[in-house]
Amino acid sequence: MTSFIVRRLALGILVLFGVVLITFVLTRVIPSDPAAQWVGPRATPEQIKAARIELGLDKPVYVQFWKYLQDLIRGNLGYSLRSHQPVVQELKAYLPATIELVLLSTIAATFIGLPLGVLSARRKDEWLDHLCRFFSVGAVSLPTFWVGLFLQLIFYRILGILPMGGQLSMEIKLLYDIPHITGFLLLDSLIAGNFVVFKDALVHMILPGITIATYPVGLVARMTRSALLEILNEDYIRAARSYGLQERTVLWSYALKNSLGPTATVVTLSIGYTLVNTFLVESIFSWPGIGNYVASAVISLDYPAIMGVTIFSACAYVVLNLVADLIIALDPRVRT
Amino acid sequence: MANYLEIENLRVSFKTFEGTKNVLDLEYIGIDKGETFGLVGESGAGKSVLALTLLKLLPMPPGIIENGKIIFDGQDLLDKSEGEMRRLRGRKMAMIFQDPMSTLNPVFTVGEQIVRVIRQNKGVSRRAAERQALEMIELVKLPDPRNIMRKYPHELSGGQRQRVIIAIALSCGAEFLIADEPTRNLDVTIQAGILKLLAELKRELQVTVLFIANNLGLVSAICDRMAVLHEGRVVETGAVREVIRDPRHPYTHVLLRAIPRNRDEEIDLDALAVRGEGPVEVKGCGYFNRCPERRERCRDQRPVLQPVGGSHYVACHVAVEGGERSG
Amino acid sequence: MNWISSKALRPRIKEFRLSVHLLSRNRLTRAALVTVLLLVLIAVVAPVIVPYPSHIYGVETPEDKLLPPSGKYFFGTDELGRDIFSRVLYGTRISLQTALLAVGLALLIGIPLGAIAGATGGFVDEAIMRITDVFLSFPPLLLAIAIAAFLGPSLTNAMLAIAISWWPWYTRLIRGQAVSIRERQFVRAAKAIGTPHFKIIFGHIVPNCIAPVIVQASMDLGGVILTAAALSFLGLGAQPPTPEWGLMVSTSRNYFLNAWWYSIFPGLAIFITVLAFNLLGDGLREILDPKTRKN
Repeated sequence: MTSFIVRRLALGILVLFGVVLITFVLTRVIPSDPAAQWVGPRATPEQIKAARIELGLDKPVYVQFWKYLQDLIRGNLGYSLRSHQPVVQELKAYLPATIELVLLSTIAATFIGLPLGVLSARRKDEWLDHLCRFFSVGAVSLPTFWVGLFLQLIFYRILGILPMGGQLSMEIKLLYDIPHITGFLLLDSLIAGNFVVFKDALVHMILPGITIATYPVGLVARMTRSALLEILNEDYIRAARSYGLQERTVLWSYALKNSLGPTATVVTLSIGYTLVNTFLVESIFSWPGIGNYVASAVISLDYPAIMGVTIFSACAYVVLNLVADLIIALDPRVRT
Repeated sequence: MANYLEIENLRVSFKTFEGTKNVLDLEYIGIDKGETFGLVGESGAGKSVLALTLLKLLPMPPGIIENGKIIFDGQDLLDKSEGEMRRLRGRKMAMIFQDPMSTLNPVFTVGEQIVRVIRQNKGVSRRAAERQALEMIELVKLPDPRNIMRKYPHELSGGQRQRVIIAIALSCGAEFLIADEPTRNLDVTIQAGILKLLAELKRELQVTVLFIANNLGLVSAICDRMAVLHEGRVVETGAVREVIRDPRHPYTHVLLRAIPRNRDEEIDLDALAVRGEGPVEVKGCGYFNRCPERRERCRDQRPVLQPVGGSHYVACHVAVEGGERSG
Repeated sequence: MNWISSKALRPRIKEFRLSVHLLSRNRLTRAALVTVLLLVLIAVVAPVIVPYPSHIYGVETPEDKLLPPSGKYFFGTDELGRDIFSRVLYGTRISLQTALLAVGLALLIGIPLGAIAGATGGFVDEAIMRITDVFLSFPPLLLAIAIAAFLGPSLTNAMLAIAISWWPWYTRLIRGQAVSIRERQFVRAAKAIGTPHFKIIFGHIVPNCIAPVIVQASMDLGGVILTAAALSFLGLGAQPPTPEWGLMVSTSRNYFLNAWWYSIFPGLAIFITVLAFNLLGDGLREILDPKTRKN
């Protein structure tokens, strides 16, 4: 088991290196000149030249890459071309809001999507199965950004019961001192005992939450259903029934343990999709997360920012996959 | 003779995209308590379908039980509900399947699997169940039972796995064991070991065994009585010694010749090579297309089981009416 | 080779008949198939059937700005006075084209790589699979967004970006197939006669394992359309005045609170198209599942 973990970790590091390499290559393909961007549109040629030296762009490519690696290891993701602030700092500021959304969608995916998939598989070909399948295939066919706009239209414009965007309403922000302990608004307001802020934050989470949870719930439901169906078709399930085991036991004990692997994989995959869907959702609901940060970085072609977010998300995803692989390794067949 | 299991006029069909195909059309099979009954036939003859139908584990779409009776210990199984069947499974009747690897759940230890079944069916505590599981593993003659309990299925050999499966099947006191080609995926030497085990268990535990196989050699080794199945129909049945000494049905004849023996008899590969295309709904005898003895009557009139001496029955016009036989 | 195939033909015909039978049995799959065919038809004849061909890219009729749906403009008009119905219809052409090209390119890269990896084994296999792993380590859309961002926003670059982030899936699929096929008799026979390595890979191995990949690719079309729309929504794909659905939804953001038709109809088009492809893919997968066929 330990050798497996070691091997997997080594692979993970190798993959991370590949990720860094690819992202670095991407930055060298850009059509515009980062130095010119850095100093702004009214720069003189001397200023641009000075910026080039300052940014290290005059050195050969492999030297740049080496410096880039060193910076990365020290946690330096470069400086945003717009704000001239360290990207890492900006990421840290925007991260909690995104994590709130990702967490929400993952919880929804697991606690709604999974049972839905199990139910669907259990009642295969009955009306319940058809209903669940229809909803889950619909959920993964909906463009996330469209769902967001649609919800805004219905609940904000037409019904007027939910806010259009942002984490908090203007009045709350002006009237109250917003607690800032962990960076997670819901948590902070609870800790500070400020229930007005808490309620407001909660209300603001509803629409973005539904929007971002739609795709993962559908995805998890579909994949759980097919994984479980495959397992239920196996000989050992039929054998277990022949020994007189109750259907309940067969399903929740036998079948489910076999599906840990595929379940871990699908939940990880859904987190991956969510990570990127936050870009869309945050820009629609003006949610102050890294998605929004990246969306505006893309518009202004702020490459260090884009790269920073890319590397961060990719690394997070690699770590997640590592965890998922370790869960899969709980299957005794994999370990030997 | 108190019959333990009686199958009467059982018709089972499958709904396929090409229509409904009849896979079993059994006139009569009777098994006495305590005996080992062999069921022989080619692949596709419907043997596994019968096994699953007895336990009512056949997936009901696409399978259909059109009519018939399965009287087990005095009660018709086909009348029973799923809940009632479940109470019978494991406790009164149990089954061992063909492929030992796929029949065991790969993510649980072997010991865990036996313990679960015992706890479910007997409702005892975990410690008691573990003790009983150990006893079962010893019963199937596996050395070092404690160690075996801790192993996962893929860590055991094919023969060991099959023994474990037999242990699980018998762990709750089942009196009727259906063995569906239990040695099919095993080497010849391992086969012998399993057969020997089954014979011993039969003596020690007094279980009634329905032994399904695709060659007569296995059946003749451990069975008391037998039936020959051809495309879903019983063509010959009787005491094993009788049937082998004096095979009446042309098909049984062919099966006998397929057993390699150390005599001067040649294996008639031609007779073996002609295969049918699966169950066909014919008016007359199902063996008509391949039968060297066939008559006009065989095409139109379905033969029924007729006694030809003692408990020996044959479903064949030619065999019953007599006539010249070649070979 | 031909005398072999005539004997192999009968079971293949039976399999085909089974496929058709299963396909026609499922109502949902039937509906999906019809929808997809309809969409393809629309895409092909779009330039001919749109009511206002001049509105597709942009003719300004400022007096008809942001009109709600009516008999004259079925889906209403946008901020430049263009007929949304015409643009949505034409958008079918653009979306399907983009999807087919992106998937095609991904297959073109992925299949050879996977086939070579699986058939050759050893170091080549390891190297290719490690590279594939690296690409697969990026969260699904991220790579596409990053590539599109760095290459510059345009529909062609978006297509390229999607292809670059999609090929690893096909490589992995084909490699697995190739590994199991290379051990088979006819491959060994070909080797024994001295067939050159490349010819073995592309003449023998690939034709035998390409079927599941093609099926997977057709199932991916829905996802690719979604991705392309998402990229355009972010401004990384189609640029104005192209009538791409995602771009239309994106532009509509400034107006949709008062002009709901602007967001709803293009988004609906995306939804229906992707749904149809997904349902068709589901149906195909079920048909080809050996277990369903056994019954």
